Amino acid sequence: MTADGLGDIWVVAEQRDGHTKAASYALIGKARKLADESQSRVAAVCLSQGVEDAGQLAAFGADKVYLLDGPAPDRWNDDVYVKELVDLARRDKPGVILATSGSVASSVIPRLAVALDTGVAANCISLDYDAQNRMLVQTRPAFGGSLMANVVFPDKRPQIATVRPHAFKKGEPNSSRQGEMIRVDFDRRSVTAKTKLLNVVKDLTEKVRLDEAEIVVCGGRGLGKAENFGIVAELAEVLGAALGTSRPPVDDGWIPYAHQVGQTGKTVSPKLYIACGVAGAPQHLAGMQTSEIIVAINEDPKAPIFEVATYGMVGDLFKIVPLLTKKLREARG
Amino acid sequence: MNVIVCIKQVPAKIKIEIDPKTGTLASGGVDRAINPPDLYALEEGIRIKERTKGKVTVLTIGPAKADESLREAIGYGADEAILLSDPAFEGSDTWATSHVLAKAIKKSGQFDLVLCGKQSIDGETGQVGPMLAEALGVPFVSLVNKIEELGQISIKVMRMSDEGHQLIEMMLPGVINVVKEINVPRIPSLRGLMVAKKAKVPVWNAQELGIDPAVVGSAGSPTRVVEVFFPQRPGKSEMLQGDPESQVDQLVEKLRQTKAI
Repeated sequence: MTADGLGDIWVVAEQRDGHTKAASYALIGKARKLADESQSRVAAVCLSQGVEDAGQLAAFGADKVYLLDGPAPDRWNDDVYVKELVDLARRDKPGVILATSGSVASSVIPRLAVALDTGVAANCISLDYDAQNRMLVQTRPAFGGSLMANVVFPDKRPQIATVRPHAFKKGEPNSSRQGEMIRVDFDRRSVTAKTKLLNVVKDLTEKVRLDEAEIVVCGGRGLGKAENFGIVAELAEVLGAALGTSRPPVDDGWIPYAHQVGQTGKTVSPKLYIACGVAGAPQHLAGMQTSEIIVAINEDPKAPIFEVATYGMVGDLFKIVPLLTKKLREARG
Repeated sequence: MNVIVCIKQVPAKIKIEIDPKTGTLASGGVDRAINPPDLYALEEGIRIKERTKGKVTVLTIGPAKADESLREAIGYGADEAILLSDPAFEGSDTWATSHVLAKAIKKSGQFDLVLCGKQSIDGETGQVGPMLAEALGVPFVSLVNKIEELGQISIKVMRMSDEGHQLIEMMLPGVINVVKEINVPRIPSLRGLMVAKKAKVPVWNAQELGIDPAVVGSAGSPTRVVEVFFPQRPGKSEMLQGDPESQVDQLVEKLRQTKAI
C-alpha cells in the first residue's frame, strides 16, 4: 500500500451488552469529519456478535458497518479478534484504523499493527487531516501529560491510532443516513488460539468505569481512613461519577487498585475531575492533568494539586464534600 | 523457567524541561532510573525464578549509560543482563523497539515467559509488550495483576478487564505485561549490589542482532514525531473564597455555567 491518500477510515466499534459504547460513537463522528475533509469513507467494525444498534452506527456517520462473526462476549479471545481484523484489513485495505484506548487497545490493536507491518500512535487526544500530505496528524500526550507530541506515518499504511475516551464529543445521529451492512463470515477453526478465557470476575465495587466516566470523584490520603471513602462515594453517586483514588489509599488497603489514578494506575481524562484530599504528587497529576475541568479540595493551600486545578477550595473536605453532595442532591430533586 | 524481563531507562523525574533554543527535550544531565512500572515485571520475574529454579535475563535498549539500570536489575536479583545498543536504534518508535527486542530474545536462546511493565512513564504507550509478542509469534495477555498457576506448558493469569477481571490460560512461551497490583518489589540486597558491580553486561549491536539498520531508529520507524510542544494551560486556578457554604455555592454555579454538571 502506498501513501497516496487517506483511504477508508475504520473505527473499531466496541459493544457492551449488545450496545455500542459512547466513546465509539464519538470516534465515528470524528472519523466522519475527517472523511468529509479528505473525501474518504468511514467504516465501523463491530467485533462482537449480536450488535443491537448497528443501524445507529450509520446514523452517527459510518458509510459501511462490518459485522464480524466473532465469539460471544463471554468467550472473548484476543487471538481470534486479531486474526479476524488482520484478514479483513488485508482484504479491504483501509488507510486508517482508529480505536478507543482501553483493554482492546492494550492488546488487539498493537498486535494488529505488527501483523500489518505498521505502527500505532497510542492514546491520542486529537486527530487532524493534513491535506497537503494527505495524511493524519495524531496528537498525543507524553510525560504524564506535561508534553504533547504530533505524530505522523510518513509512508506506512494503514495509519493506526488509539484515542482516549472523551477526546471527541459524541455528535447527534442523523437517522436519514444509511449505511451498507457487511456480514463477515470467519472460519474460527483457522485460528489456533493460544489463550483461553477461563472465567470472568465482575467487579461489583466499580459501578462506573473509571476510564470511560465523564466525571471522576477522587479521594486521597486526606480522607484519613478507609471508612471515610463513604463521603466521596456518595458524591460520586449523586454525580453518576466513577470513584478514583491516588496511590496512598491503595497501598494502605483502603480501596482496590482498580480505582488508582496515576503513573502506576489508570490514566483518565474526564470532563470533570473532583480531587478531594489529594495532595497532587507528580505521579498522580500524570494520570489526570489532561482532564477538562479540575476541582481541588484540600486543607493545605500549598498542595501541588492547586497548580493544575481549574477551581480550588482550601478547606476541610469533611465539611465541603458532604455539603456539595447535599446541594447537588437537592438540585436534582 | 527461563524468564526475560524487558526494562526501559527513563528520566527519574517526570517534570521535564524543553531547551528553549532548540525546542527539543533537555535530557542532558537528567538523572535516569528504571521505569517504575518495570520494577513490578522484574520482581515477578525474580519470584518466578525462585519458585521454578529458573533464570531471569533482563534486556534494555539504550545508550551506554543504560548499563546502570541493567546492573540495578541484577542487584534486585536478575541473573543476566544484556544491553542492546547501537546508534541505529536511536529514535525508534514502539514498532522498531519491539523489533529489536524480538531479535535479541531470539538470539538469547530458549525462553518461556517475557515480562514487561504496563507502560513507560515517558512515552506512555503501553504498546511494546503486545507488539513484541506479535513479532515473536507468541501469545500475549495485558494488565496481569496475578499469576495464579505456573505450569510446564501454560500459565494461568488474572488480568484487569472492562468488566473487572478475567482468568486466562496462556500457552508458553508467551508475553505478559503486569500492573502494580501484582507484587511489592523487594529492595536490592547488599550482596546483590556487590554481584551487580562485578557482573559482565554484554552489549549487542545491530550487526550482532542481524538487524537491518534501515528498519529501526527514527528513519525506519513507521511513526515519526514531527513536533513537540507544551499543552496550553487554562491559566491560573480560580480559588473559591469564603466559608464552606459559600465555596460550595460558587462551585455549583461555576460547574453549571460550564455545563460540567
